[in-house]
Amino acid sequence: MIEVRWHGRGGQGAFTAARLLGAAAALFENRHALAFPSFGPERRGAPVLGFTKIDDHKITDRSAVTECDYVVVLDETLMSPKIAVGLRAGGKLIVNAASPAPYRDWAGAGDLLALDATSLALRIIGRPIANTAMLGALIAWTGLVRLESALRGIEEEMPQRLAAKNVEVLRQAFAIAGENS
Amino acid sequence: MTANGSRVFVSGNDAVALGVRLARPHVIAAYPITPQTAVVERLAEMVEDGSLRTEYLHVESEHSALSACIGASAVGARTFTATSSQGLLYMVECMHYASGGRFPVVMMNANRSLALPWNIYNDQRDSLSQLDSGWIQVYVEDAQEALDMIIQAFAIAENEKVLTPVMVNLDGFVLTHTYELVEVPTQEAVDRFLPPFKTTNKMSFEAPKNMAFTATPAHYTEFKFQQHQAILDAATVIADVDHSFGEQLGRYYGGLLDAYRVEDAEFVLITLGSVTGTARVVVDQLRAEGRKVGVIKLRYLRPFPVEELRSLTRNAWALGVLEKNISIGYEGTVFTNVRSALSQNGTTQEILNFVAGLGGRDISRGDIAQMFERLSSVATTHPANRVIFVNLGVETA
Amino acid sequence: MSRHTVRPPFQPKHIADFPCGTCDEAGHLVETLSSWRTSTPEVNLQLCTGCLRCYLLCPEGMIVKKNGKVAIEFDFCKGCGICAHECRSDAIRMIARRE
Repeated sequence: MIEVRWHGRGGQGAFTAARLLGAAAALFENRHALAFPSFGPERRGAPVLGFTKIDDHKITDRSAVTECDYVVVLDETLMSPKIAVGLRAGGKLIVNAASPAPYRDWAGAGDLLALDATSLALRIIGRPIANTAMLGALIAWTGLVRLESALRGIEEEMPQRLAAKNVEVLRQAFAIAGENS
Repeated sequence: MTANGSRVFVSGNDAVALGVRLARPHVIAAYPITPQTAVVERLAEMVEDGSLRTEYLHVESEHSALSACIGASAVGARTFTATSSQGLLYMVECMHYASGGRFPVVMMNANRSLALPWNIYNDQRDSLSQLDSGWIQVYVEDAQEALDMIIQAFAIAENEKVLTPVMVNLDGFVLTHTYELVEVPTQEAVDRFLPPFKTTNKMSFEAPKNMAFTATPAHYTEFKFQQHQAILDAATVIADVDHSFGEQLGRYYGGLLDAYRVEDAEFVLITLGSVTGTARVVVDQLRAEGRKVGVIKLRYLRPFPVEELRSLTRNAWALGVLEKNISIGYEGTVFTNVRSALSQNGTTQEILNFVAGLGGRDISRGDIAQMFERLSSVATTHPANRVIFVNLGVETA
Repeated sequence: MSRHTVRPPFQPKHIADFPCGTCDEAGHLVETLSSWRTSTPEVNLQLCTGCLRCYLLCPEGMIVKKNGKVAIEFDFCKGCGICAHECRSDAIRMIARRE
């Protein structure tokens, strides 16, 4: 089983990304997934977490996720020395940032990777909502689900008026990340 | 969300709404409360987009919501409501009206803790405090079971041998807000499985009835006996419905309970709801280490699976009842129910009560493994106190 | 001037450390709340005239009088930028949040 922890602020779509990843694996790859947010009241701007669990077998364990294989940070202002707590050895810390340099020592037991997802999102969607770009980077760097599955996930799960642009963002993020493995 | 014959990735709340739409209720009356809110929002959206044709009544409280459902049921309408925690308690007097009036209302309850202290997270104190209300109660483990049980609930409630309201319980947040794969049956398949609601227990101009009347000491007891017998009889209806559902829609759930690796188990944990899933993983881990353990998921608490529990646990050395509840001042309610059922087994089995998860506190795989450890040492330790608060964060001595 | 107090985190060791029922001391806060903040106000004391406009307008009461001018505290500053926007001397600017 692979576990992904997403960090974002309320309103940035961290949980949407967690859900899209789960949907991609479950609906289009015949695997199993659970996706859930940090539970409790939420407010725009407040730090929130999202979680995705993916496995080939049905996932029945719903206890709190304490360790994970990948940590994805949608908002650079959330970065701190503790950001990678629970990241398993050999895992990846993936940050929405122009440069990974400031965070070299914060990846804990994992590898650090960065993508300037906000600029990409601004260019294509016109808004700094980086979640689908980060999803593209995640799957490019981990192979967690196929590109095709993630694209179909967007088309299935996002409202029509948003889907086309997000498909493009994810495609480009996937390509850019692929060049920088 | 797509409509028919499809696989979707949805939350437990979404799954409940999908099940309700398929069941074609005539009337929905509900009041929003975390963590049930998405159910009533989705149903309102479905009414708005025309995919659900129902009378959706806006009410100002849960007490009114269930009152409205009773009124609607009293004229022969299939009715649905949903609530949680404080909302459930707000409608308690109506719950007794619904059951005493033999109105087959179906209710989804999102299990959430009860104030004070104020807490919106998952535990089972809300529904477990209402076991005496005359409602059938079922606890589901995942979103698929939630959708399926909403449909089955109407079939069971409306069965003429039963005519008893049914509460379908989902663990708050853990099930209600978690997204997972769900197969949605087609409307045709559900229509074949669940025929329209027909009853003589209703008011109409053609056949006016005297309803919701008084009973004096001379007769009250017999009404309660009828209700009591109906829930006992519901056990066979539940088994039949489970079987038919499996045949027609492809999924069986085992009826009153589900047993996992219990046949030769020395130590058995008895669980309720979503925590069963975590227990299954621990059972597999311990079995791989050669330990003989198993888990019994109680699906229904009313009717209570007395015979099934007795026969399944007959050879176990020790049992644990894991519940997110405590009947304050005594022991866990599920524990009380289990011990009573097994007291006639004629064995001297040790049974421990694990009170965990109150107010949303997580129950980890490690916690459950520790419960099995306790069970395996209970034969030597004979603890005087069988009620164990798991993960109490402070000293109490 | 009275300032808020934030009680240290509640770390009970014994059940007796808990209040009886939901009734406990008042007059303090239990946590700071600044994790919203993505940019932080910085006062240029050379430009500040001590007019106290920001002090009056801060929605969180985070600006205090100091030596005839102002100082900003950060326990509850959400980075709303009202102080920077309203300063008539352009003495406050918002900078990217630093840990």
